[in-house]
Amino acid sequence: MAAELKNYQHEQYYFRLRLGFTAFVVLGLFGLLLFRFSYLQIKQYGHYQTLAENNRISLLPVVANRGLILDKNGLVLAHNFFVYTLEITPAKVDNLEATIAQLGQLVEISKLDRKRFNKLQSESRNFESIPIRTHLNELEAARFAVNHYRFPGVEIKSRLFRHYPLGKLGSHMIGYIGRINDSDIVNLEKSGDLSNYKGSDHVGKSGVEQFYEHQLHGKTGFQQVETDADGRAVRVISSTSPVSGSNLVLSIDSKLQEIAETAFGERRGALVAINPKTGEILAYVSQPSFDPNLFVDGIDMDNWKLLNESLDKPLVNRPIRGIYPPGSTFKPFVAMAGLENAKRTPPFSIHDPGYYSLGNSSHHYRDWKPGGHGMVDMQRAITVSCDTFFYGLALDLGIEKLTEFVRHFGFGEKSGVDIQGENGGLLPTPAWKMRRYKQPWYQGETVIVGIGQGYTLVTPMQLAQATATLANNGVAMKPHLVMKIQNPMTAESQLIAPLVQDKMSLKPENIAIVKQGMIDVTLPGGTAASVGANASYAIAAKTGTAQVIGIKQNAKYDTSAINERHRDHALFIAYAPANDPSIALAVIVENGGHGGSSAGPIARKVMDYYLLGQLPAVEATKELKKILTPPHAIEEELHD
Amino acid sequence: MISQLITQWLKHIDSFLMASLFFTLMIGLFVLYSASGQDLSRVYAQGVNIIVALSFMWAAANIAPNQLERIALPLYVLAVLLLIAVELFGSISHGAQRWLNLGFTKIQPSEVMRIAMPMMLAWYFSKQESKPVMTDFVFAGLFLVVPVALIMKQPDLGTALLITASGFYVLFLAGLSWKLLVGSALAFAASTPILWSMLHDYQRRRIEILFDPTQDPLGSGYHTIQAIIAIGSGGAVGKGWLNGTQAQLDFIPERTTDFIFAVFSEEFGLLGNVLLVGLFSLIVLRGLMIAHQAQTTFGRLLAGSISLTFFTYAFVNMGMVSGILPIVGVPLPLISYGGTSMVMLCLSLGILMSIETHKKLVAT
Repeated sequence: MAAELKNYQHEQYYFRLRLGFTAFVVLGLFGLLLFRFSYLQIKQYGHYQTLAENNRISLLPVVANRGLILDKNGLVLAHNFFVYTLEITPAKVDNLEATIAQLGQLVEISKLDRKRFNKLQSESRNFESIPIRTHLNELEAARFAVNHYRFPGVEIKSRLFRHYPLGKLGSHMIGYIGRINDSDIVNLEKSGDLSNYKGSDHVGKSGVEQFYEHQLHGKTGFQQVETDADGRAVRVISSTSPVSGSNLVLSIDSKLQEIAETAFGERRGALVAINPKTGEILAYVSQPSFDPNLFVDGIDMDNWKLLNESLDKPLVNRPIRGIYPPGSTFKPFVAMAGLENAKRTPPFSIHDPGYYSLGNSSHHYRDWKPGGHGMVDMQRAITVSCDTFFYGLALDLGIEKLTEFVRHFGFGEKSGVDIQGENGGLLPTPAWKMRRYKQPWYQGETVIVGIGQGYTLVTPMQLAQATATLANNGVAMKPHLVMKIQNPMTAESQLIAPLVQDKMSLKPENIAIVKQGMIDVTLPGGTAASVGANASYAIAAKTGTAQVIGIKQNAKYDTSAINERHRDHALFIAYAPANDPSIALAVIVENGGHGGSSAGPIARKVMDYYLLGQLPAVEATKELKKILTPPHAIEEELHD
Repeated sequence: MISQLITQWLKHIDSFLMASLFFTLMIGLFVLYSASGQDLSRVYAQGVNIIVALSFMWAAANIAPNQLERIALPLYVLAVLLLIAVELFGSISHGAQRWLNLGFTKIQPSEVMRIAMPMMLAWYFSKQESKPVMTDFVFAGLFLVVPVALIMKQPDLGTALLITASGFYVLFLAGLSWKLLVGSALAFAASTPILWSMLHDYQRRRIEILFDPTQDPLGSGYHTIQAIIAIGSGGAVGKGWLNGTQAQLDFIPERTTDFIFAVFSEEFGLLGNVLLVGLFSLIVLRGLMIAHQAQTTFGRLLAGSISLTFFTYAFVNMGMVSGILPIVGVPLPLISYGGTSMVMLCLSLGILMSIETHKKLVAT
């Protein structure tokens, strides 16, 4: 009994000893925790404070509204509107196919949508958000919103979309925007604009959309936002507003543009009309055209193939990229060279036997008119487009003098128009030929340059610019599509002032000869008398025909197409009113054959509307042509 | 008259323990309001949990320890049977088989075991006539290992650890020899590779990432890293109630339950931490004092085990949230949202009160 009691006390003693030990351990471990806390909260406070702030705050770009593009009357050519898009971030989706299939049950996803998505996906990075459907209506947006939880990695976004309300009209000059790709990023990096494109998906890809990208884009704003763990913005801490891009006002009149494009009908070709006094471009046609809206959110494969592989090459920007031999439209400029270099001083004239031959050769360079034009002086040589006269003139001038002079009209040089990708054409010289072909220059080559053949190549833009320069008595104005750049906030606008690009000091009497020659072209007896028929204003013009050299035979093309496509290109240059020109233009109708009959009427419709506000009555003009076209007005150039 | 009634009602409530408990619970409600994104319905729900838990506490405080001693063995046997039933018929949720569906309600037998285990072992040692010998510890060890193995198999690592701890404390306080203690520690170290192979992949991963949370910053390490950022950025005095950015912007995982301490620590800083650790210390030390003064072996061992288990809860939770212990699912006592853990904790504190307030009655 006593032992047990002692045992009990013993037990209690040991128990209390152990209990004391545990209390010590408890306090020790709690102390360790406090030590850990003070390490984190005092010593490392700055570090964790920074990490927490980085977690919390992120910088979100606020994309600026892209500037509008308007025609000279304020008609909208390009604008923005908000649309709902359904977008997938492939990296966040486990099974892309299944997800798209399920989405297809909620909103309609067409084959075309799928194809576009696949193309965009192959072009972008996996963590980028790619639209699977655009232009969702309210109902579709709501239907997805309800089911959103089922689709991680899929979001509805409200995006600003670019829209071109006139569709195909003027698409080559307006251009289009498209999704930023790797090469755009490289370009933006070079120009130092890349940081301004945070949050932007699109960039101008062609036309003025591309050329004026910097002005149109505006300045991206930023929001400092508090974000939660999922990256969703919870609260805006501070923000810098974006600055909207500037609006562009073009010197184009959409109505004139429409008349010009309609006048081409189904034919391929180009037209450039310029105000010779200011350099403002009045119409800019490239036919056939395409709908730029297709490109905005990424073109699908089918449409791309259709456009890119079409024999008609609708994507080629013909006014600045199409190069053609100028043919007889080159003659007025050669004439100016002859007069200014005093090689052909009036009353110099020749008797045209219908051919020209070099002194030491029996080879005949034939005139387009068998039997020749009889006695021709400079003015008449232009009017009747006498080849023989210009063969001799070119030779007398020599290739060096000739090219040096006409270069001032803009041949062989880029016109500097405000669209990228311009081709400079070609003015051949002996030095060029040696470089290019390692061959000396032959006299015979000089002869044919006199009538705009041989190596000579021009763009419709250059031809229009040269015509405008001539109309403006040798003062070349820099051509431009944009008339003013408007700040949308303040409505202040910066006018693009007319800029003299080159100034030739031409003798007024020489100018008068060439101009009169061109005026006579549209009068009875001239090569384009039908074009000038019944005009209430005087038109100065020149017709031309160019051999097709561009299109090579290709087994894939069918024969009837080849035949049609091997016909000559028809060219036509003109300005009016002849005494005080306010419009100068160049027209090329591919495979159109005869310049006066196929390209001329297009020019006439454009001038009629521009000068008189007269809409072309299609049937009436056709009737008139039948009656009034004299047989000799049909031009036919022969080349050896 | 009324005050007499109240005194009668509250005569088994230990005022010191009650005061610390109450203060801690109030802090908990405020933190929960913030952690839940200012969701009052959560706070109300937790309020209901607390009222239920305090009722259990009151009931437990009013049961005399000798009655508890009597039900210790049947309760333990029942708990083991229930655990076996879980193993056989339990329902699975979130990849773990923890619940037993009784038709009208679902119960979690491992929770019953949390209270049954220390009672069983305390009863076992108290009924020994002489000083416990080696065989007693071996038997006690078996009582401990069998249910723990069943719980680990569910798997529920957190609960298994806590039950092991509560049983171990009884063994230790009952006089488990130091030699055996050191020996088994060495044996444990030697068996680590075997235990390692028994762990589930996610448990292993958690342990690996404990040593280097940056190993997997976006995966399993993310939780720890975000919690540590929250604590560290709280600084000395915290960002203020409802102003913790890590908490309010959802960077802290499980922020109303296992990781609620990170929310508290971010908003109240080191100052708050000292206060909270202080409160927990008061509760634990008061419990140890009750054990110290207890008159029966059963009361002593049970009170000691309950106090130390409470400490283990707090320490493991704060340790894991602050990145010095592996992430095991242990809630922060009296603060984390959840009914079961609240009830079990208050029940055990009620037992402490019972041991304290019934001792004079036993003495007379």
